[in-house]
Amino acid sequence: MIGRVKGTSRNLAVGGAALLALVTFACGPALYEIPIETPISAKLDVTAFQRVLVAGFVAGGTEDVDTNQETVRLLRSQLRTKSSLRVIDADVMPLQDIAQDQNKAATEVNDATISTANPSTQPTALPQHIKDEKDLEPYERLFANTTYWKRIGEEYQNPLIVTGTVLFIPRTSARFVQRETEVYDGLGRRRVVPVRTYVESKGFLLKPKFIFIDGRTGATIYSETRREEVLTNAQTNVPALSSYFELMDRIVPDFLGALSTQKVKGTRVLLK
Amino acid sequence: MKPGGLVVGALVAAMTLVSAPSFADARQEARSQVEFGINVAQRGLWREAIYRWEKAVELDPTYAAAFNNLAIAYEHEGQLDKARKAYEKALELDPNNSQIRQNYELFKEINDRTGQGNKS
Repeated sequence: MIGRVKGTSRNLAVGGAALLALVTFACGPALYEIPIETPISAKLDVTAFQRVLVAGFVAGGTEDVDTNQETVRLLRSQLRTKSSLRVIDADVMPLQDIAQDQNKAATEVNDATISTANPSTQPTALPQHIKDEKDLEPYERLFANTTYWKRIGEEYQNPLIVTGTVLFIPRTSARFVQRETEVYDGLGRRRVVPVRTYVESKGFLLKPKFIFIDGRTGATIYSETRREEVLTNAQTNVPALSSYFELMDRIVPDFLGALSTQKVKGTRVLLK
Repeated sequence: MKPGGLVVGALVAAMTLVSAPSFADARQEARSQVEFGINVAQRGLWREAIYRWEKAVELDPTYAAAFNNLAIAYEHEGQLDKARKAYEKALELDPNNSQIRQNYELFKEINDRTGQGNKS
């Protein structure tokens, strides 16, 4: 009797599986993965400009990479191939020195005209060596100086000007992580146990702020800040320049997205 | 029972009998529109797919999969506001569907990235 019941349930299971397979085959799959390209409109209307000047950046952080030079070079080459604007080839502007000079001039003017009774009107000193975000803050004044940027605009026949700040600093991190490890007991039986391990990582943080200035007026028309970080095992020696390009690779599409329509590739799942 | 009550009861029964098959028909028709839409979308004919899926949600406004597909097509065509609304409707109808949620998360990731800067 028991044998018959067992046989019947086995038959039922086989029949059920066959029916399910038949239904699946007859109805087809219910999910369809499909590639899509999402067009993202440009954030800025640049139809008024035919040319773009990537002027330079106030750069700080590690001295292993000349962040100002590299950023200008990279953005110019990307704009040449991926935007309709003509890229102006000009010397990279040493904006940190320019800001220092402007600050010095402003201090001298203040010294001559304003009495020392009101020291709050004195411009804040600009740090010579930029180590962190706080050191970059006083340099923001340079980008608000519309007279200066209007003059640069006139010099290059009113292009769109791209400038800003770039911070590229080394990072370290140390923390405990839980990993699963195989262990064998005295009888040779395998077990997987969680083990807490201390992991040290190092890498870099890249934080650029792109500022787009209208060369006709000297006014800022758009700005965008991005922050990317890469960390690898502390024993691995990754050159700073490689990390810089790896991080810029993630940032450049958004930078280009400000000036021209971009297509973002991806996949989605269609349902029946 | 009063004769009036009988008449009302008969009418309700008749309405139910008439409407039940028509709802089933609409669902069936919506399903075939969705399938056709998938077929054409796979060939890259996204506008035709949009037409089919819009028809499907019109026929059956409770069809979560049709809203999901419509959202994907809108996304592909760059109609991001419409895409967001369609994804939200799909999730409202089928909140536990992990595929719809995943599509929506991917969409949001792209959409959020577009609005990061500051216009002066």
